[in-house]
Amino acid sequence: MSVPMPEINLVPLLPEIVIALAAMGLLLAGAWRDKESGGTLAGYGAMAAILLAAVITWIGADVKMGETFGGMFIADPFAAFMKMLMYAGALFPILMAWDTLHRLEMRTLEYFVLILFALLGGMIMASSGDFLTLYLGLELMSLSIYVLAGYRRDDALANEAGLKYFVLGSLASGLFLYGVSLIYGGTGGITFTAVQEAMGAGGTTHLGTRLGVVLVAAGMAFKIAAAPFHMWSPDVYEGSATPVTAFMSALPKIAGFAAIYRVLPGAFASLHEQWGVILQFLSVVSLAVGALAAIPQTNIKRMLAYSSVGHVGYALIGLVPGSVLGYRAVMVYLAIYLFMNMGTFALILVLGRDGIGESIQDYRGLAHKRPVLAAIMALLMFSMAGIPPLAGFIGKLHIFMAAVNAGHVGLALVGVLASAVAAFYYLRIVKILYFEQPEAAFQMPVGGFSGLVIAVSALLVLVWGVQPGRLLAWVEWSVTPFM
Amino acid sequence: MLSLVTFLPLVGAAAILFAVHRDASARIVALGVSLATFLLSLGLYAAFDTSTAEFQFLEEVPWLPGLGIAYRMGVDGISLSLLLLTTLLTPICILASWESIKTRVREYMMAFLALESFVIGVFCALDFLLFYILWEAMLIPMFLLIGIWGGPRRVYAALKFFLYTLAGSVVMLIAVLVLAHQGHTFSIPELMKLHLPLNVQVWLFLGFFVSFAVKVPMWPVHTWLPDAHVEAPTAGSVILAGILLKMGAYGFLRFSLPMLPEASHYFAPFIYGLSLVAVVYTALVALMQTDLKKLIAYSSVSHMGFVTLGLFAFNRLGIEGGVLQMINHGLVSGALFLLVGVVYDRLHTREIARFGGLALRMPVYATLFMVFTMAAVGLPGTNGFVGEFLVLLGVFATSKGVATVAATGVVLGAAYMLWMFKKVVFGEIRHADVDALTDITPRELALFVPLLVLVFWIGFYPDPFLRLLHASVNGLLTQMAAGGVGAEHATLVAP
Repeated sequence: MSVPMPEINLVPLLPEIVIALAAMGLLLAGAWRDKESGGTLAGYGAMAAILLAAVITWIGADVKMGETFGGMFIADPFAAFMKMLMYAGALFPILMAWDTLHRLEMRTLEYFVLILFALLGGMIMASSGDFLTLYLGLELMSLSIYVLAGYRRDDALANEAGLKYFVLGSLASGLFLYGVSLIYGGTGGITFTAVQEAMGAGGTTHLGTRLGVVLVAAGMAFKIAAAPFHMWSPDVYEGSATPVTAFMSALPKIAGFAAIYRVLPGAFASLHEQWGVILQFLSVVSLAVGALAAIPQTNIKRMLAYSSVGHVGYALIGLVPGSVLGYRAVMVYLAIYLFMNMGTFALILVLGRDGIGESIQDYRGLAHKRPVLAAIMALLMFSMAGIPPLAGFIGKLHIFMAAVNAGHVGLALVGVLASAVAAFYYLRIVKILYFEQPEAAFQMPVGGFSGLVIAVSALLVLVWGVQPGRLLAWVEWSVTPFM
Repeated sequence: MLSLVTFLPLVGAAAILFAVHRDASARIVALGVSLATFLLSLGLYAAFDTSTAEFQFLEEVPWLPGLGIAYRMGVDGISLSLLLLTTLLTPICILASWESIKTRVREYMMAFLALESFVIGVFCALDFLLFYILWEAMLIPMFLLIGIWGGPRRVYAALKFFLYTLAGSVVMLIAVLVLAHQGHTFSIPELMKLHLPLNVQVWLFLGFFVSFAVKVPMWPVHTWLPDAHVEAPTAGSVILAGILLKMGAYGFLRFSLPMLPEASHYFAPFIYGLSLVAVVYTALVALMQTDLKKLIAYSSVSHMGFVTLGLFAFNRLGIEGGVLQMINHGLVSGALFLLVGVVYDRLHTREIARFGGLALRMPVYATLFMVFTMAAVGLPGTNGFVGEFLVLLGVFATSKGVATVAATGVVLGAAYMLWMFKKVVFGEIRHADVDALTDITPRELALFVPLLVLVFWIGFYPDPFLRLLHASVNGLLTQMAAGGVGAEHATLVAP
């Protein structure tokens, strides 16, 4: 008996192949080098690989590359959009941390290789066409990030972060996998299209299948740190080295949202009522946690952890209605969130020195010493708070508009009220920067790479706030698979 | 043309950021830019056609076409008069900060110019989202103005100001989105033609009310104002009282009344109630104040109560009186804050008990103080009288009881203003530093001259100002009548 082999076309896989080859090649090449030069080589190699993959994705997004491996892997405009965000989410942490990594003695081969592997995992998630591919990407990404979180082996907090993330993350993966098995049992399908057809045709859905949907949703909620599955994130954010935190705040969330897009409106299209309620619950709880729990924080990384829980809450609002406007809104929101976050972490890295820069109070009076950096920080904080005319407002506007147009006025109201509460802790940063007298000298130089990241992020926050047309057009085109 | 007036100050701010590096030249650039803006706005006034209620100087550029959002600008008589108030007060404010602001002058001037841009934009925007963006954007420079250059409790005041206003505004955002969803556009003139069922109107009205009431501010959400006023630098208080408070009343006038006429009618007793509490209660609170700025701040709440009373009288006299009262209050409270600033620069105190006998050392100052106090009290011959009188007439036509209670507010207003004037200006000199005071400088005098002229001009011959409003207010009343509201009142009192 011969097993029919699906036709395998490797072209849609090119970006992934580039990243995978680069990661493995650098691992080998590093073996012949000493620690120092191997790290530098891997760093430049990783940058080059990411740029190359970005170019391929950019070109490939125009010529439709389609599916391969019998529908297990999908390269569509949506995947291209998410991958472009992920490239930025991987490249920026490398660039901004170039000097810091050197100082922390983290500019080593393994660091960059792990980032590449995590990126590869995220890319596979965005392109997944069935639950197995999705799980494969999810685990590759997660395992790499567990190691990154605990990368500073001699640091107790980092060890705690790595272990905590690993234990809880494995639990979430287990939930996810159990959910997948239930869905397989209920529908007999493992690809998203098969599941969708089986559920749509069946009319009624078995209780076990619905339990599976809940478990899958919970597993993904953990990855994007949506409350109440966010407990790990403040500790892990705080304990990890700041460059890792920056990386962690972006890539897994974007990949997680990409997976949610594939699974909820894709595979579970006919169960919109069920997962709509789940998302509504997740978003309201996330908004509340993000707004309230960030207020008492004194550590800026912990504060940002809670703040990103809040941002995930906003993004989830956009998915609740299951409308195209909503799907677009979330993509806009993610793109803007990414750059606001990257800019903020780049500033924290530039200003941080030997334990200074972790506490919010360390930034007292920055505006008196470094007016430009302080102005950018204030800009990013106002943008995160959603004050127009900055990009953060455009993101929130789209989200609330999607909710209101679908009749979810109450949910939108919760969202805006949460944003008013959250404005308090963003403003507190501005207050500390501007209204207080400086104690520290703030004489840190801004390296070329980190300056680039800061400048690009600040510029995008300004430009997208006033003229978001290009971003919107791109999103409009990328969302076509869900129309 | 309108965009030029709106964004010239912002361009000025950018010019200071990139090209001007010395404090002295930043002052000159800021003053020059704001004066140029004022002259341009006078040009708008000259070209304005007072015979039509249509929006004029229209501009429309596609912005986010997928969402029905465009860059739409235009003014009618109501917004033009507030625009003129803004462009007049800003150069005065900049001149008032000439010497009193010593630290980070460039940043200060930039914040001020940006603020002017956003506020003008709020009055000119004919796209609801543009309006909202500018309405919120204005918070950033004001937050910095209070927080960086303010008094000892500036951080508390700045945060309170920002969060109070933001909490109100975000609810308005939802109302805007709902309204735009109903009307399939963000264009304000288009949305004015929309007829919504009463239950939708009621909810939308409440959404807008939260935001506008905080801004006006109406009792009981006025508590941010005394704090913000007291801690803000002099020019900040002037702009806050003179212009920012008008944005709330403008919101009622531009959106609530024409777009939600039935709901406005439905809620009118509620608004009357809150306005009366504001007029009477805050006047009583003002009587108790020992801090000059706080007293004027509370008097602002009281005066703005008159404005909301007039607007919700739904007749021509009430609405025109309300708008005129907005302008009067902008001029007079602005002048009073400037007067406080003059003595504060010299003595660094605002405590009423620390003054006394200023008339003996500062005769010119005392005279000015008297004129503006009288205008605030509403003495016939000053602008305050015209505004209050029109409002009371309009309200009287709607409800005699409300008008009677409101009139007691005028008496109380006279009580606290005259009491304050007596304590500060008359009496004997009891403090050595007061004895050493010198009269106001020519620069300071220059601040008051335009305000003084307007006080008497509007007081004796308000017609040129009211003429600006007639057509627009008529248009508004027609629109409300089409919504089934206020028709009988509109004809009750003939012009």
